[in-house]
Amino acid sequence: MLSKRVIPCLDVRNGRLTKGVKFQGNVDIGDPVASARRYYEEGADEIVFYDITASAEARGIFLDVVERVAAEIFIPFSVGGGIASVEDMRAVLLAGAEKVSINSAAVKDPALVGEGAAAFGSQAIVVGMDVLAVPVSETIPSGYEIVIHGGRKRTGLDAIAWARRCEALGAGELCVNSIDADGTKDGYELRLTRAVVNAVSIPVIASGGAGHPRHMFEAVDVSAHGGGASAALIASIVHYGEYTIRQCKEYMAEHGAQVRLTW
Amino acid sequence: MLAILDYKAGNQTSVRRALEHLAIPCEITADAERLKNAWGIIFPGVGAAGQAMTALTESGLDDTLRQAVAVGQPLLGICLGCQILLTHSQENQTHTLDILPGLCRCFEDGLRQEDGSPAPVPHMGWNRLHVQAPCRLLEGVEPDAEFYFVHSYYVEPASDLVIATTRYGRGFCSLYGRDGLWAAQFHMEKSGRPGLTMLQNFYRYCQEVHHAQ
Repeated sequence: MLSKRVIPCLDVRNGRLTKGVKFQGNVDIGDPVASARRYYEEGADEIVFYDITASAEARGIFLDVVERVAAEIFIPFSVGGGIASVEDMRAVLLAGAEKVSINSAAVKDPALVGEGAAAFGSQAIVVGMDVLAVPVSETIPSGYEIVIHGGRKRTGLDAIAWARRCEALGAGELCVNSIDADGTKDGYELRLTRAVVNAVSIPVIASGGAGHPRHMFEAVDVSAHGGGASAALIASIVHYGEYTIRQCKEYMAEHGAQVRLTW
Repeated sequence: MLAILDYKAGNQTSVRRALEHLAIPCEITADAERLKNAWGIIFPGVGAAGQAMTALTESGLDDTLRQAVAVGQPLLGICLGCQILLTHSQENQTHTLDILPGLCRCFEDGLRQEDGSPAPVPHMGWNRLHVQAPCRLLEGVEPDAEFYFVHSYYVEPASDLVIATTRYGRGFCSLYGRDGLWAAQFHMEKSGRPGLTMLQNFYRYCQEVHHAQ
Protein backbone atom coordinates (compact mmCIF):
# COMPACT_ATOMS: atom_id res chain seq x y z
CA MET A 1 0.00 0.00 0.00
CA LEU A 2 1.18 3.51 -0.74
CA SER A 3 2.39 5.53 2.19
CA LYS A 4 0.84 8.88 2.94
CA ARG A 5 3.45 11.50 2.15
CA VAL A 6 4.76 14.32 4.33
CA ILE A 7 6.01 17.24 2.25
CA PRO A 8 7.76 20.28 3.74
CA CYS A 9 7.53 23.44 1.66
CA LEU A 10 10.40 25.94 1.45
CA ASP A 11 9.88 29.49 0.18
CA VAL A 12 12.90 30.84 -1.65
CA ARG A 13 13.68 34.43 -2.62
CA ASN A 14 16.91 35.39 -4.36
CA GLY A 15 18.36 31.99 -3.55
CA ARG A 16 17.71 32.26 0.20
CA LEU A 17 14.88 31.02 2.40
CA THR A 18 12.40 33.82 3.07
CA LYS A 19 12.07 32.74 6.67
CA GLY A 20 14.96 31.11 8.44
CA VAL A 21 14.39 27.48 9.19
CA LYS A 22 15.10 26.60 12.77
CA PHE A 23 15.75 22.97 13.52
CA GLN A 24 15.66 21.41 16.96
CA GLY A 25 18.97 22.32 18.51
CA ASN A 26 18.43 25.89 17.34
CA VAL A 27 20.46 25.79 14.19
CA ASP A 28 19.20 28.70 12.15
CA ILE A 29 19.87 28.38 8.45
CA GLY A 30 18.86 30.52 5.51
CA ASP A 31 20.31 28.23 2.88
CA PRO A 32 17.58 26.27 1.08
CA VAL A 33 20.01 23.52 0.09
CA ALA A 34 21.12 22.92 3.68
CA SER A 35 17.50 22.93 4.86
CA ALA A 36 16.45 20.52 2.11
CA ARG A 37 19.26 18.20 3.14
CA ARG A 38 18.11 18.29 6.76
CA TYR A 39 14.51 17.49 5.81
CA TYR A 40 15.73 14.70 3.53
CA GLU A 41 17.71 13.24 6.43
CA GLU A 42 14.75 13.70 8.80
CA GLY A 43 12.46 11.61 6.58
CA ALA A 44 10.61 14.00 4.29
CA ASP A 45 8.96 12.01 1.49
CA GLU A 46 9.19 14.86 -0.97
CA ILE A 47 10.12 18.55 -0.79
CA VAL A 48 8.51 21.56 -2.44
CA PHE A 49 10.49 24.67 -3.32
CA TYR A 50 8.50 27.77 -4.01
CA ASP A 51 10.29 30.56 -5.86
CA ILE A 52 8.84 33.88 -4.84
CA THR A 53 11.45 35.87 -6.73
CA ALA A 54 10.08 38.45 -9.13
CA SER A 55 13.02 39.25 -11.42
CA ALA A 56 14.41 37.25 -14.32
CA GLU A 57 17.90 37.75 -12.96
CA ALA A 58 17.08 36.02 -9.69
CA ARG A 59 15.52 33.16 -11.65
CA GLY A 60 19.01 31.99 -12.59
CA ILE A 61 19.97 31.96 -8.92
CA PHE A 62 16.91 29.84 -8.19
CA LEU A 63 17.75 27.32 -10.91
CA ASP A 64 21.20 27.06 -9.39
CA VAL A 65 19.56 26.20 -6.06
CA VAL A 66 17.49 23.49 -7.80
CA GLU A 67 20.65 21.96 -9.30
CA ARG A 68 22.46 22.00 -5.96
CA VAL A 69 19.47 20.37 -4.28
CA ALA A 70 19.35 17.65 -6.96
CA ALA A 71 22.99 16.82 -6.28
CA GLU A 72 22.39 16.34 -2.55
CA ILE A 73 18.96 14.89 -1.94
CA PHE A 74 17.73 11.63 -3.40
CA ILE A 75 14.01 11.84 -2.99
CA PRO A 76 11.58 13.51 -5.39
CA PHE A 77 11.16 17.25 -5.18
CA SER A 78 8.96 19.74 -6.93
CA VAL A 79 9.31 23.35 -7.84
CA GLY A 80 6.64 26.06 -8.01
CA GLY A 81 6.48 29.78 -8.50
CA GLY A 82 7.24 31.71 -11.64
CA ILE A 83 6.42 28.88 -14.02
CA ALA A 84 4.33 30.20 -16.90
CA SER A 85 5.42 28.19 -19.95
CA VAL A 86 6.56 24.76 -21.10
CA GLU A 87 10.08 26.21 -21.36
CA ASP A 88 9.97 27.30 -17.71
CA MET A 89 8.94 23.74 -16.83
CA ARG A 90 11.73 22.24 -18.90
CA ALA A 91 14.32 24.44 -17.17
CA VAL A 92 13.46 23.24 -13.65
CA LEU A 93 13.02 19.60 -14.69
CA LEU A 94 16.40 19.63 -16.43
CA ALA A 95 17.90 21.19 -13.31
CA GLY A 96 16.78 18.05 -11.46
CA ALA A 97 13.23 18.52 -10.13
CA GLU A 98 10.74 15.64 -10.62
CA LYS A 99 7.66 17.80 -10.76
CA VAL A 100 6.59 21.36 -11.45
CA SER A 101 3.74 23.07 -9.71
CA ILE A 102 1.69 25.67 -11.56
CA ASN A 103 -0.96 27.82 -9.96
CA SER A 104 -2.00 31.25 -11.33
CA ALA A 105 -0.50 30.39 -14.72
CA ALA A 106 -2.90 27.44 -15.05
CA VAL A 107 -5.88 29.69 -14.31
CA LYS A 108 -4.75 32.25 -16.90
CA ASP A 109 -3.89 29.61 -19.50
CA PRO A 110 -5.46 26.20 -18.72
CA ALA A 111 -3.93 24.73 -21.91
CA LEU A 112 -0.55 24.95 -20.16
CA VAL A 113 -1.55 21.98 -17.97
CA GLY A 114 -2.07 19.74 -21.00
CA GLU A 115 1.00 21.04 -22.81
CA GLY A 116 3.15 20.26 -19.78
CA ALA A 117 1.63 16.79 -19.41
CA ALA A 118 2.19 16.04 -23.11
CA ALA A 119 5.81 17.18 -22.92
CA PHE A 120 6.85 15.65 -19.58
CA GLY A 121 4.06 13.23 -18.53
CA SER A 122 1.19 13.85 -16.12
CA GLN A 123 3.28 12.64 -13.18
CA ALA A 124 5.44 15.77 -13.56
CA ILE A 125 2.57 18.28 -13.49
CA VAL A 126 1.09 19.43 -10.18
CA VAL A 127 -1.63 22.07 -10.20
CA GLY A 128 -1.65 24.24 -7.09
CA MET A 129 -5.04 25.64 -6.14
CA ASP A 130 -5.53 28.51 -3.69
CA VAL A 131 -9.07 28.25 -2.41
CA LEU A 132 -11.29 30.69 -0.50
CA ALA A 133 -14.55 29.74 1.23
CA VAL A 134 -17.37 31.92 -0.15
CA PRO A 135 -21.17 31.88 0.06
CA VAL A 136 -22.72 29.21 -2.16
CA SER A 137 -23.95 30.75 -5.41
CA GLU A 138 -24.89 29.70 -8.91
CA THR A 139 -21.35 30.21 -10.19
CA ILE A 140 -19.72 28.78 -7.03
CA PRO A 141 -22.00 25.85 -6.12
CA SER A 142 -19.43 24.23 -3.84
CA GLY A 143 -18.89 27.39 -1.78
CA TYR A 144 -15.17 27.26 -2.59
CA GLU A 145 -13.67 29.70 -5.07
CA ILE A 146 -10.27 29.66 -6.77
CA VAL A 147 -8.19 32.75 -6.01
CA ILE A 148 -4.84 33.76 -7.52
CA HIS A 149 -1.95 36.11 -6.78
CA GLY A 150 -1.56 34.82 -3.26
CA GLY A 151 -5.27 35.07 -2.59
CA ARG A 152 -5.64 38.71 -3.60
CA LYS A 153 -7.64 38.12 -6.78
CA ARG A 154 -10.84 36.11 -7.05
CA THR A 155 -11.42 34.25 -10.31
CA GLY A 156 -15.10 33.27 -10.29
CA LEU A 157 -14.04 29.62 -10.72
CA ASP A 158 -15.65 26.98 -8.55
CA ALA A 159 -12.83 25.01 -6.89
CA ILE A 160 -14.42 21.58 -7.38
CA ALA A 161 -15.20 22.22 -11.05
CA TRP A 162 -11.67 23.56 -11.52
CA ALA A 163 -10.16 20.48 -9.85
CA ARG A 164 -12.07 18.20 -12.24
CA ARG A 165 -11.02 20.33 -15.18
CA CYS A 166 -7.35 20.18 -14.20
CA GLU A 167 -7.56 16.40 -13.97
CA ALA A 168 -9.17 16.23 -17.42
CA LEU A 169 -6.45 18.53 -18.81
CA GLY A 170 -3.77 16.13 -17.65
CA ALA A 171 -2.65 17.23 -14.18
CA GLY A 172 -1.01 14.36 -12.30
CA GLU A 173 -1.66 15.75 -8.85
CA LEU A 174 -3.47 18.63 -7.13
CA CYS A 175 -2.18 20.67 -4.22
CA VAL A 176 -5.19 22.20 -2.48
CA ASN A 177 -4.35 25.15 -0.28
CA SER A 178 -7.00 26.73 1.89
CA ILE A 179 -6.45 30.50 2.08
CA ASP A 180 -8.73 30.56 5.14
CA ALA A 181 -6.73 27.96 7.05
CA ASP A 182 -3.27 29.00 5.83
CA GLY A 183 -1.19 30.37 8.68
CA THR A 184 -3.83 29.68 11.36
CA LYS A 185 -2.15 26.48 12.64
CA ASP A 186 -5.70 25.32 13.51
CA GLY A 187 -5.72 22.41 11.09
CA TYR A 188 -6.41 21.83 7.43
CA GLU A 189 -9.76 22.71 5.88
CA LEU A 190 -10.88 19.08 5.89
CA ARG A 191 -14.23 19.62 4.24
CA LEU A 192 -12.51 21.23 1.25
CA THR A 193 -9.81 18.53 1.13
CA ARG A 194 -12.45 15.78 1.20
CA ALA A 195 -14.60 17.49 -1.46
CA VAL A 196 -11.64 17.63 -3.88
CA VAL A 197 -10.50 14.07 -3.03
CA ASN A 198 -14.02 12.81 -3.81
CA ALA A 199 -14.21 14.79 -7.05
CA VAL A 200 -11.03 13.51 -8.73
CA SER A 201 -9.07 10.27 -8.93
CA ILE A 202 -5.58 11.81 -9.01
CA PRO A 203 -3.64 12.30 -5.74
CA VAL A 204 -4.50 15.35 -3.65
CA ILE A 205 -2.03 17.14 -1.36
CA ALA A 206 -3.66 19.00 1.53
CA SER A 207 -2.12 22.40 2.27
CA GLY A 208 -2.66 25.20 4.76
CA GLY A 209 -3.27 25.08 8.49
CA ALA A 210 -0.95 22.42 9.92
CA GLY A 211 -0.01 23.32 13.51
CA HIS A 212 0.14 19.89 15.14
CA PRO A 213 0.87 16.36 13.87
CA ARG A 214 -2.79 15.61 14.64
CA HIS A 215 -3.77 17.92 11.80
CA MET A 216 -1.55 16.02 9.40
CA PHE A 217 -3.17 12.76 10.43
CA GLU A 218 -6.62 14.30 9.91
CA ALA A 219 -5.67 15.49 6.42
CA VAL A 220 -4.75 11.98 5.22
CA ASP A 221 -7.25 10.01 7.35
CA VAL A 222 -9.34 7.88 4.98
CA SER A 223 -12.29 7.62 7.40
CA ALA A 224 -15.36 9.79 6.90
CA HIS A 225 -14.01 12.40 9.38
CA GLY A 226 -10.72 12.81 7.57
CA GLY A 227 -9.59 14.64 4.46
CA GLY A 228 -8.51 11.46 2.67
CA ALA A 229 -5.57 13.26 1.02
CA SER A 230 -2.50 11.42 -0.30
CA ALA A 231 -0.09 13.86 1.28
CA ALA A 232 0.16 16.67 3.82
CA LEU A 233 2.11 19.81 2.95
CA ILE A 234 3.71 21.47 5.96
CA ALA A 235 5.74 24.59 6.66
CA SER A 236 6.00 26.38 9.98
CA ILE A 237 5.24 23.27 12.06
CA VAL A 238 8.70 22.00 11.16
CA HIS A 239 10.48 25.22 10.13
CA TYR A 240 10.52 26.58 13.67
CA GLY A 241 11.63 23.38 15.31
CA GLU A 242 8.35 22.66 17.12
CA TYR A 243 8.26 19.15 15.68
CA THR A 244 10.60 17.05 13.64
CA ILE A 245 9.31 15.24 10.60
CA ARG A 246 9.90 11.95 12.41
CA GLN A 247 7.71 13.09 15.31
CA CYS A 248 4.96 14.06 12.88
CA LYS A 249 5.16 10.72 11.08
CA GLU A 250 5.27 8.69 14.29
CA TYR A 251 2.13 10.46 15.48
CA MET A 252 0.43 9.71 12.17
CA ALA A 253 1.46 6.05 12.32
CA GLU A 254 0.27 5.67 15.93
CA HIS A 255 -3.15 6.86 14.82
CA GLY A 256 -3.34 4.40 11.96
CA ALA A 257 -1.93 6.17 8.92
CA GLN A 258 0.48 4.27 6.68
CA VAL A 259 3.65 6.38 6.57
CA ARG A 260 7.27 5.70 5.70
CA LEU A 261 9.27 5.31 8.92
CA THR A 262 12.51 3.81 7.65
CA TRP A 263 14.91 5.93 5.65
CA MET B 1 33.41 2.83 -14.44
CA LEU B 2 29.66 2.30 -14.82
CA ALA B 3 27.89 3.30 -18.02
CA ILE B 4 24.43 4.84 -17.90
CA LEU B 5 22.73 4.06 -21.19
CA ASP B 6 21.73 7.21 -23.03
CA TYR B 7 18.79 6.61 -25.35
CA LYS B 8 17.01 9.93 -24.82
CA ALA B 9 14.51 8.45 -22.39
CA GLY B 10 14.59 10.52 -19.31
CA ASN B 11 16.19 10.02 -15.97
CA GLN B 12 19.86 9.38 -16.84
CA THR B 13 20.87 12.57 -15.07
CA SER B 14 19.26 11.68 -11.76
CA VAL B 15 20.95 8.28 -11.87
CA ARG B 16 24.27 10.00 -12.58
CA ARG B 17 23.78 12.41 -9.67
CA ALA B 18 23.09 9.52 -7.30
CA LEU B 19 26.20 7.61 -8.45
CA GLU B 20 28.35 10.74 -8.17
CA HIS B 21 27.07 11.26 -4.64
CA LEU B 22 28.26 7.71 -3.88
CA ALA B 23 31.63 8.51 -5.50
CA ILE B 24 31.01 5.79 -8.09
CA PRO B 25 32.74 6.62 -11.38
CA CYS B 26 30.19 6.76 -14.19
CA GLU B 27 29.30 8.32 -17.49
CA ILE B 28 26.16 8.75 -19.56
CA THR B 29 26.86 7.30 -22.99
CA ALA B 30 25.30 5.92 -26.16
CA ASP B 31 28.66 4.75 -27.52
CA ALA B 32 28.69 0.98 -28.12
CA GLU B 33 32.42 0.67 -27.44
CA ARG B 34 32.26 2.59 -24.17
CA LEU B 35 29.25 0.58 -23.06
CA LYS B 36 31.11 -2.63 -23.85
CA ASN B 37 34.11 -1.59 -21.79
CA ALA B 38 32.13 -0.47 -18.75
CA TRP B 39 32.20 -2.62 -15.61
CA GLY B 40 28.43 -2.57 -15.66
CA ILE B 41 25.53 -0.87 -17.40
CA ILE B 42 22.59 0.93 -15.87
CA PHE B 43 19.57 0.99 -18.15
CA PRO B 44 17.20 3.69 -16.87
CA GLY B 45 14.19 5.22 -18.54
CA VAL B 46 10.94 7.06 -18.12
CA GLY B 47 8.29 7.45 -20.80
CA ALA B 48 6.51 5.07 -23.15
CA ALA B 49 7.67 1.59 -24.24
CA GLY B 50 6.97 2.16 -27.95
CA GLN B 51 9.09 5.28 -28.23
CA ALA B 52 11.87 3.77 -26.15
CA MET B 53 12.07 0.64 -28.34
CA THR B 54 12.14 2.77 -31.48
CA ALA B 55 15.04 4.79 -30.06
CA LEU B 56 16.90 1.60 -29.07
CA THR B 57 16.47 -0.22 -32.39
CA GLU B 58 17.23 2.82 -34.54
CA SER B 59 20.49 3.39 -32.68
CA GLY B 60 21.40 -0.31 -32.55
CA LEU B 61 21.64 -0.10 -28.75
CA ASP B 62 19.19 -3.01 -28.47
CA ASP B 63 21.92 -5.30 -29.82
CA THR B 64 24.52 -3.68 -27.58
CA LEU B 65 22.36 -4.60 -24.58
CA ARG B 66 21.78 -8.17 -25.79
CA GLN B 67 25.49 -8.68 -26.32
CA ALA B 68 26.30 -7.24 -22.90
CA VAL B 69 23.97 -9.78 -21.27
CA ALA B 70 25.29 -12.58 -23.46
CA VAL B 71 28.86 -12.02 -22.24
CA GLY B 72 27.79 -11.65 -18.62
CA GLN B 73 28.35 -7.93 -18.26
CA PRO B 74 26.33 -6.74 -15.25
CA LEU B 75 23.14 -4.88 -16.15
CA LEU B 76 20.60 -3.05 -14.00
CA GLY B 77 17.29 -1.92 -15.50
CA ILE B 78 15.30 0.79 -13.74
CA CYS B 79 11.60 1.62 -14.28
CA LEU B 80 11.03 1.64 -18.06
CA GLY B 81 14.35 -0.15 -18.44
CA CYS B 82 12.97 -2.86 -16.15
CA GLN B 83 9.85 -3.19 -18.29
CA ILE B 84 11.43 -3.39 -21.73
CA LEU B 85 13.98 -6.08 -20.81
CA LEU B 86 11.01 -8.50 -21.09
CA THR B 87 9.35 -9.96 -24.18
CA HIS B 88 6.29 -7.82 -24.71
CA SER B 89 4.59 -4.72 -23.30
CA GLN B 90 0.90 -3.93 -23.44
CA GLU B 91 1.94 -0.30 -23.65
CA ASN B 92 1.58 0.55 -27.34
CA GLN B 93 1.49 -3.29 -27.87
CA THR B 94 5.25 -3.22 -28.18
CA HIS B 95 7.56 -6.13 -28.85
CA THR B 96 10.33 -5.37 -26.38
CA LEU B 97 13.93 -6.56 -25.95
CA ASP B 98 13.13 -10.15 -24.95
CA ILE B 99 16.32 -10.44 -22.92
CA LEU B 100 14.34 -12.16 -20.15
CA PRO B 101 10.98 -13.95 -20.51
CA GLY B 102 7.90 -12.07 -19.35
CA LEU B 103 5.25 -9.47 -20.07
CA CYS B 104 4.47 -5.94 -19.03
CA ARG B 105 0.80 -5.27 -18.29
CA CYS B 106 -1.41 -2.27 -17.57
CA PHE B 107 -2.88 -1.87 -14.07
CA GLU B 108 -6.62 -2.62 -14.20
CA ASP B 109 -9.18 0.12 -13.50
CA GLY B 110 -11.08 0.14 -10.24
CA LEU B 111 -8.39 -1.36 -8.01
CA ARG B 112 -8.59 -0.59 -4.29
CA GLN B 113 -5.87 -0.45 -1.65
CA GLU B 114 -5.97 -2.46 1.59
CA ASP B 115 -7.66 0.41 3.46
CA GLY B 116 -10.48 0.52 0.89
CA SER B 117 -9.33 3.74 -0.75
CA PRO B 118 -9.03 3.79 -4.54
CA ALA B 119 -5.74 2.83 -6.19
CA PRO B 120 -5.58 5.21 -9.14
CA VAL B 121 -3.04 4.81 -11.94
CA PRO B 122 -0.21 5.78 -12.08
CA HIS B 123 1.04 4.09 -8.93
CA MET B 124 2.98 7.08 -7.65
CA GLY B 125 4.69 7.36 -4.28
CA TRP B 126 6.45 5.30 -1.61
CA ASN B 127 5.76 1.59 -1.21
CA ARG B 128 7.36 -1.51 0.31
CA LEU B 129 8.98 -4.62 -1.06
CA HIS B 130 7.92 -8.11 -0.01
CA VAL B 131 11.04 -10.13 -0.62
CA GLN B 132 10.45 -13.53 -2.25
CA ALA B 133 14.03 -14.56 -2.94
CA PRO B 134 17.43 -13.44 -1.61
CA CYS B 135 19.21 -10.81 -3.69
CA ARG B 136 22.65 -9.24 -3.33
CA LEU B 137 21.24 -5.84 -4.21
CA LEU B 138 19.14 -5.90 -1.03
CA GLU B 139 22.06 -6.49 1.34
CA GLY B 140 21.90 -3.87 4.08
CA VAL B 141 18.38 -2.78 3.12
CA GLU B 142 15.89 -2.97 6.03
CA PRO B 143 12.83 -5.20 5.44
CA ASP B 144 10.45 -2.26 5.94
CA ALA B 145 12.36 0.15 3.69
CA GLU B 146 10.23 1.92 1.11
CA PHE B 147 10.97 2.90 -2.45
CA TYR B 148 9.68 5.55 -4.82
CA PHE B 149 7.49 4.33 -7.67
CA VAL B 150 5.96 6.12 -10.66
CA HIS B 151 4.40 3.77 -13.23
CA SER B 152 1.17 2.76 -14.98
CA TYR B 153 2.33 -0.68 -16.15
CA TYR B 154 3.72 -3.57 -14.12
CA VAL B 155 6.01 -6.44 -15.03
CA GLU B 156 5.20 -10.13 -14.96
CA PRO B 157 8.52 -11.91 -15.50
CA ALA B 158 8.93 -15.70 -15.43
CA SER B 159 8.14 -16.70 -11.85
CA ASP B 160 11.64 -18.03 -11.08
CA LEU B 161 13.00 -14.52 -11.69
CA VAL B 162 10.82 -12.74 -9.12
CA ILE B 163 12.85 -11.28 -6.23
CA ALA B 164 10.31 -8.95 -4.61
CA THR B 165 6.68 -7.99 -4.95
CA THR B 166 4.74 -4.88 -3.95
CA ARG B 167 1.06 -4.35 -3.20
CA TYR B 168 -0.98 -1.63 -4.82
CA GLY B 169 -4.55 -2.76 -5.37
CA ARG B 170 -2.98 -6.01 -6.59
CA GLY B 171 0.34 -7.66 -5.98
CA PHE B 172 2.94 -7.13 -8.67
CA CYS B 173 6.63 -7.82 -9.21
CA SER B 174 8.79 -4.85 -8.26
CA LEU B 175 12.27 -6.44 -8.46
CA TYR B 176 13.38 -9.37 -10.58
CA GLY B 177 16.42 -10.93 -12.18
CA ARG B 178 19.36 -13.18 -11.43
CA ASP B 179 22.98 -12.55 -10.44
CA GLY B 180 24.36 -9.85 -12.69
CA LEU B 181 21.08 -9.02 -14.42
CA TRP B 182 18.59 -7.17 -12.28
CA ALA B 183 15.58 -5.00 -12.93
CA ALA B 184 13.68 -2.75 -10.53
CA GLN B 185 10.35 -1.06 -11.17
CA PHE B 186 11.06 1.63 -8.58
CA HIS B 187 13.46 4.54 -8.80
CA MET B 188 16.34 3.57 -6.52
CA GLU B 189 18.02 6.87 -7.45
CA LYS B 190 15.09 8.70 -5.79
CA SER B 191 14.43 6.38 -2.85
CA GLY B 192 16.75 7.89 -0.28
CA ARG B 193 19.33 5.78 1.56
CA PRO B 194 17.83 2.31 0.81
CA GLY B 195 17.91 3.07 -2.92
CA LEU B 196 21.47 4.38 -2.72
CA THR B 197 22.46 1.19 -0.87
CA MET B 198 21.14 -0.87 -3.78
CA LEU B 199 23.13 1.19 -6.30
CA GLN B 200 26.22 0.74 -4.14
CA ASN B 201 25.59 -3.02 -4.01
CA PHE B 202 25.29 -3.13 -7.79
CA TYR B 203 28.62 -1.32 -8.14
CA ARG B 204 30.29 -3.73 -5.69
CA TYR B 205 29.06 -6.66 -7.76
CA CYS B 206 30.44 -5.01 -10.93
CA GLN B 207 33.80 -4.48 -9.20
CA GLU B 208 33.96 -8.15 -8.19
CA VAL B 209 33.15 -9.35 -11.69
CA HIS B 210 35.69 -6.99 -13.18
CA HIS B 211 38.48 -8.02 -10.81
CA ALA B 212 37.73 -11.71 -11.30
CA GLN B 213 38.31 -11.34 -15.04
